[in-house]
Amino acid sequence: MAATHVSATAGAVEQALRGRRTDVGGVAFRIALFGALLISLLVLVILLADVFRTAWPVFRDRGVADFVTSNISSLPERAGVRQGIIGSLYIVAFVVVIAIPLGIGGAIYMEEYARDTRLTRVINANIRNLAGVPAIVYGLLGIALFVQFQALQPITGGRSIISGGLTIAILVLPIVIITSAEALRAVPRSIREAAFGVGATRWEVVRSHVLPYAAPGIFTGTILTLARAFGETAPLILLGAATGFLSTGSAGFVDTLKGPYTALPTLVFAYARKNLRAFEQITAATIVTLLVVLLLVNATAIILRNRYERKW
Amino acid sequence: MAGVSIEARPAGTSLSVSDLRLKMGRRRREGVVRRVFFAAALVSVLINVLIVVTLFDGTWDFLSRVELRLLWTDGWFPRRDMYDIRTIVAGTMVVAVVAMVVATPLGLGAAVYLAEYASRRARRWLKPILEVLAGIPSVVMGFFALIWISPNIMQSFFDAGLFSLGAAGIGVGILITPLVASVAEDAMFAVPGSLREASYGLGARKRATTIRVVFPAAVSGIVAALILGISRAIGETLVVAIAAGGTGGSLFTIDPRQQGQTMTAAMTALATGSDQVKGATLAFPSLFFVGALLFFMTLGLNVMSERFVRRVRKSY
Amino acid sequence: MSESGDPMDVTNRVQLPESEGGQAEHEQGPRLAVRQSRDEPEVQREVVFDVRDVSNYYGDFRAVRNVTLPVFRNEITALIGPSGCGKTTFLRNLNRMNDLIEGARIEGELLYHGVDLYDPQVDPVEVRRRIGMVFQKPNPFPKSIYDNVAFGPRIAGFTGNMDDLVEESLHRAALWDEVKDKLKESGMALSGGQQQRLCIARAIATRPDVILMDEPCSALDPIATQRIEDLMLELKHRYSIVIVTHNMQQAARVSDRTAFFTVEVHEDSGQRTGTVVEYDKTETIFTNPSDKRTEDYVTGRFG
Repeated sequence: MAATHVSATAGAVEQALRGRRTDVGGVAFRIALFGALLISLLVLVILLADVFRTAWPVFRDRGVADFVTSNISSLPERAGVRQGIIGSLYIVAFVVVIAIPLGIGGAIYMEEYARDTRLTRVINANIRNLAGVPAIVYGLLGIALFVQFQALQPITGGRSIISGGLTIAILVLPIVIITSAEALRAVPRSIREAAFGVGATRWEVVRSHVLPYAAPGIFTGTILTLARAFGETAPLILLGAATGFLSTGSAGFVDTLKGPYTALPTLVFAYARKNLRAFEQITAATIVTLLVVLLLVNATAIILRNRYERKW
Repeated sequence: MAGVSIEARPAGTSLSVSDLRLKMGRRRREGVVRRVFFAAALVSVLINVLIVVTLFDGTWDFLSRVELRLLWTDGWFPRRDMYDIRTIVAGTMVVAVVAMVVATPLGLGAAVYLAEYASRRARRWLKPILEVLAGIPSVVMGFFALIWISPNIMQSFFDAGLFSLGAAGIGVGILITPLVASVAEDAMFAVPGSLREASYGLGARKRATTIRVVFPAAVSGIVAALILGISRAIGETLVVAIAAGGTGGSLFTIDPRQQGQTMTAAMTALATGSDQVKGATLAFPSLFFVGALLFFMTLGLNVMSERFVRRVRKSY
Repeated sequence: MSESGDPMDVTNRVQLPESEGGQAEHEQGPRLAVRQSRDEPEVQREVVFDVRDVSNYYGDFRAVRNVTLPVFRNEITALIGPSGCGKTTFLRNLNRMNDLIEGARIEGELLYHGVDLYDPQVDPVEVRRRIGMVFQKPNPFPKSIYDNVAFGPRIAGFTGNMDDLVEESLHRAALWDEVKDKLKESGMALSGGQQQRLCIARAIATRPDVILMDEPCSALDPIATQRIEDLMLELKHRYSIVIVTHNMQQAARVSDRTAFFTVEVHEDSGQRTGTVVEYDKTETIFTNPSDKRTEDYVTGRFG
């Protein structure tokens, strides 16, 4: 024991410096804080474990391929998620084609072009407000705009993929704008100045220097948006996705777009609301499918982003 | 063409204003691009206007036709023309309160740990996991609330039924925990290190420093995090629609162990059956009335939260 | 191209490359000018910038007031003075870089070869191509060395041989020999001094007639600084240079003319406004200044 060799005075000083006793309260506080974090993480683990455990018999007995390629059915032993996957892909396509270009464009205006005027502040307040509007309210907007509004109804076909896709695109627009704007803000001013300094116009500066520099950030934000679009459910329920069945026949492309539909998350909702005991496993298997799709989307994003970043 | 010269100004020639104008094509392109981006930015305003118009129009339609006494009755049963606002507002409040009871300690605890205690390496691991939790779709959390939270917590400890406001509330609470944690952590991270050092310099321990110095300094941001959490909890739909029950309607209740109806769940219930009821009763237009209520409640909370966030930014 | 009929075009192409003889002529010019006494009128110098009573505002705040000074062709004009005296702000008037700052405006008249730079018809984009700029911190684009130089001419619609132009610009910036084998590599991979010379090459590539330099050596070590200074003396035969510098020795070493800025603190509001105290030949400023404040500054008693 080292302490026995130390003189009495030194021992007393050491004792004093250590504090009168171990800081029990401090340790308890620290443990409590860590506990809070741990519980949050634990919930995630339990959730995943429980869902996978419940879903396991479906994949074991029928195989992944059978479940993924089977159509919706009221018989649990035949039910699958084919239409859900297709419907979700359609909806995400609307996001990619409409919300992402529009959102990046809006972000470019707000970050690169807009001066601090009253109008700019109004637009900014609008964007932030939209980001906080509950998802289900977008569903109401979708109903009013794409289902009830007589001028648009013939184009959208009522409660259709078009209506659902457009509504989700509107819903994620503020997220695209906010994340893209953040990425643009991270571009150093010196790069813009350098480009302006050699006589570039605003657009030339943005296109040749700001956008390439901000691309990885914008890209990451875009992926988050896609993940959100895949998982968003509430507006689609209002727009009939829960009760709809994607036409599986040989209908034309436009007719398919105008027809009834469903999506992966709404399928989870629909199955979860059927007879719980009978459909518990099917619901869990649908969730697993949804989570795997989300995982794939995110992984693709990370890989693509890393590859892009390595370019320079 | 043998090369367009871009020489600035040779000696002996005079310069005129027209030499310093941009070429027509480039100038025109610049104008077009600017207008396109401006239009893209304006879309947000348009969407906001459309939302407000939609909600007002539907609400007006509903209120002008409904008997006002039906807005204050025994419960929310749209198919029987009973639209008791108290029921769905109370249900929403119960869920929000339960959610905050869960999310406040978990979210703030996690935030304090990440901001004050965790090593840099631990942060690098823990934050992404919280982000994964934040990315769980709410429909998944709804199912989890029904098959795990309900039997393991509400049924075994609180003697509730399979469907209960409490189970939904806990699910919503877990769902908003990462959000609360991340906003609160940002606020604490913004507290200057010099304040902490001053506290340590006076001989304070870590715990005292965290509770007495960092927490008060970050209080605006923490309040903002909690308000934002409440706003999300109120607007959360799927967890409640799946786990709270009461799909056919609900009597007034503030008991978390009971089935119940929130504003969002009421809307989902209306919508899934709206094809059948359309025109027959006022059930369909009531959707917009509830939506308007929800919109303005969350708007108010969001604005409040932003005020607090701005206060943090001002002070440091 | 509508510009092909422009009579200036012919002159332009004829003028490049400049003959060695032409340079030799210039060699003596500015030094002689410095040695001339102050009272002697100068008629041989062509004015590039005629700055008349220019003030800078940020909103209501006046950052620089009442600057009047001519900038002459093929000279190096140095702007010196203590921190916060508005040198950089003033410099950025000359290529309308301040237009990028919100709420910034100027009053007064600023003529460039007799043309009002702030005429509503004038486009700052075109101005900046003719009046190049080199910044305090080397800021090459995160692209290849080649693309760094080629970007300016490309957007300006240059359709000649880009490889030649890039080589010529890098030559003039005294960087060619160091980078000729790695033109495809990133400009960010160069050393600080090389980066700054790359930025000079980039500024030269758009064929400007003026180069503005905002403390171009403040982030560089003495050897790199020396190279940039040598380069400036070389470049002034082709271009007119305006340089902001904190380093008085640098101003004394390279410049032909020096403007001494100072900052006045407003008694009531505490607002700090920069202005020019004295503008003269560099030799005069450093050996025989007429204003006490200049003398205090250059002798190191202040700032």
